[in-house]
Amino acid sequence: MTEAGTGNYLDSLMRGQAPLQAASASPLWLKQLRARAVERVASLTLPNTRDEDWRFTDLLPLTQLSWRPVQGAALISPQELERCALPEAAARLVFVDGRYAPQHSFNHAGLTVENLPAGMTAQGAIVEAELARHAEFEHDAFAALNTAFLQDAALIIAPRNAVLEAPVQVLFVSTQQETASYPRCLVIAQEGSELTLVEEFVALHQGAGFSSAVTEMALADNARVRHVRVQNDSTAAFHIASCAVSLAKASRYQAVSVALGARLSRYNLSVLLAEAGAECSIDGLALIGGRQLADSHTLIDHAKPHGISRQLHKCIVDGAAHAVFNGKIMVRPGAQRTDSSQSSRNLLLSGKARVDTKPQLEIFADDVKCAHGATVGQLDADEVFYLRSRGLSDAAARKLLTYAFGAEVIERIAIASLRARLERAVQAQTGEAS
Amino acid sequence: MIYQDSRTLLAVRDLRATVNGIEILKGIELTVKSGEVHAIMGPNGSGKSTFAKVLAGHPAYVVTGGEVAFDGGPLLELQPEERSRRGIFLGFQYPIEIPGVANSQFLRLAYNTLQVQRGKDELDPLEFDDFVREKMKLLEMNPDFLDRSVNEGFSGGEKKRNEILQMSLLDPKLAILDETDSGLDIDALRVVATGVNHLATRDNAIILVTHYQRLLNYITPDFVHVMDSGRIVKTGGKELALELEARGYEWVGAETSASAAANAGAAR
Ligand SMILES: Nc1ncnc2c1ncn2[C@@H]1O[C@H](COP(=O)(O)OP(=O)(O)O)[C@@H](O)[C@H]1O
Ligand SMILES: [Mg+2]
Repeated sequence: MTEAGTGNYLDSLMRGQAPLQAASASPLWLKQLRARAVERVASLTLPNTRDEDWRFTDLLPLTQLSWRPVQGAALISPQELERCALPEAAARLVFVDGRYAPQHSFNHAGLTVENLPAGMTAQGAIVEAELARHAEFEHDAFAALNTAFLQDAALIIAPRNAVLEAPVQVLFVSTQQETASYPRCLVIAQEGSELTLVEEFVALHQGAGFSSAVTEMALADNARVRHVRVQNDSTAAFHIASCAVSLAKASRYQAVSVALGARLSRYNLSVLLAEAGAECSIDGLALIGGRQLADSHTLIDHAKPHGISRQLHKCIVDGAAHAVFNGKIMVRPGAQRTDSSQSSRNLLLSGKARVDTKPQLEIFADDVKCAHGATVGQLDADEVFYLRSRGLSDAAARKLLTYAFGAEVIERIAIASLRARLERAVQAQTGEAS
Repeated sequence: MIYQDSRTLLAVRDLRATVNGIEILKGIELTVKSGEVHAIMGPNGSGKSTFAKVLAGHPAYVVTGGEVAFDGGPLLELQPEERSRRGIFLGFQYPIEIPGVANSQFLRLAYNTLQVQRGKDELDPLEFDDFVREKMKLLEMNPDFLDRSVNEGFSGGEKKRNEILQMSLLDPKLAILDETDSGLDIDALRVVATGVNHLATRDNAIILVTHYQRLLNYITPDFVHVMDSGRIVKTGGKELALELEARGYEWVGAETSASAAANAGAAR
């Protein structure tokens, strides 16, 4: 396909979506924002494998598919909701095929957990100050596309010093095959506030689909956000997402991202340590098999002194699947006393499985501590033998060891029901392998 | 202990094995009967651990000749897990660390696998916890070791105790303990030896692999074998261990090269 052809694909995506309903209800600034994004979509092209950032992730299969408009009501059955809902959640927002489902959602006193139009009535100025300010769409076709369709979103605002231990769950559910959706989420944690966000992308079907998601988070001074992201899309789906996080003074961001589903997934996570003393730990786990591809690109941008960043990224790759990890650490001039460590650990379960991992350090300050390392390996033969010598079958031994490999990341999730669900997912996936 | 009515648990005939194409075991002969304690001694590199691992079915070692019968059936064609389930236990010289797998989970999985095999009920986590804590008391092991990853960060002595704990859970017919005494201080040695003595019955058998006689002060062997260059070159009673301690191994080699190796190699 020619470049012009992939460029046209963006146009076809723009045309494919039903016209924005009640768009006139949006405030002027939001309409202008969308108009700018529409312009950007028109002048950008879909990335291809000649772009350094997309070297290993070929979007050609995506361009051969088209998507139909979503139909019917934004609803799922109580049983379906039960399967994905977190019992621990203090508040929940559900979007079905990209549309807000108020009957499945509930707020929490003291916080704003609403969809964008509802939340903007009281918080318009705050939203305007943050929305689309973190996820840049000038050069990013997918973020531009998402912003061009930006009408609704999950909106979470923790006011000054509000502390909520229990998680807020944002659930994006796909129920209709061959449709496209543009999930959006904005989190604003004001000074000294604390919250936990669980963002989940699930499909209730096995068919194809396309989603282009954008999440933005702004953490004010001393705020703390724990963010768990679970991508469990259909294994025929294309899932492209980015998350942009901005950290003010002494704020802390802790993320665990798990990629299980999608035929092709791409997650761009960028964390800007915008002020002094900010901290982040971003961990990731990709567990894929068959012909899946999971690509994770992260950027930790130390812009100011005394920042701390920690990163553990793990991939478990079975079948003929392909995992990609690109972890860039930027230490800008003046970001002295930065303390950063990154580790990429990869487990290949089959001879055809593949991983491409690349740490990328760009350090422009001299008084910094930056450690990084990457390993790619198979299950350790001596560990397997040790377990078998105690009576475990070869399959049981491999399953246990694979599980243990992934558990290091899963155990960093503080929500028991979610941990248990992910543990079962790992067991099921590795069970298929044997 | 040697009993008149004992049965043969292990019969090794002319066992040969290679690793990476190099022949390490060069015709081992050994018979072990129920109730007996055997010690296999010999210099470093003589093939003791290789012999132990071959019996346990380590896939890195290729058997190139000979036969092994265990408990009346052929052993060498069995998978490692099958050997374990039939009652072979290898206490590793270097127990493997398994990060991310809780020791309690591992021990319970191993125990329950065996219970199923024996047609008995599995224990749930709570029942197993009570059960394993009792076993740990005997070995003077801190219950905290249940919550840690298998062998990870355990000291040498802790690892060895964990091996004996596994032995006590799996109740094997034949335990092969490879250098269980190395890395143990005198107190730990006494505890481990007490544990092993406690597990020895007239129905099972124990092979102690060691190159010091120290352990044999606590666990009395019925037979002492000397291994050299992949063969058992001399067999005697417990007094042989003392002689080896006093004189070293060189004289055994000299003596056996003088006589026919086959004669000396045949255990009994
Ligand atoms: N995996 C292996 N690869 C190559 N050589 C090995 C391997 N395992 C053992 N050997 C060799 O086999 C010989 C016997 O080793 P081992 O059985 O460990 O002796 P011991 O336990 O009596 O000290 C040594 O020369 C050792 O180097
Ligand atoms: Mg040895």
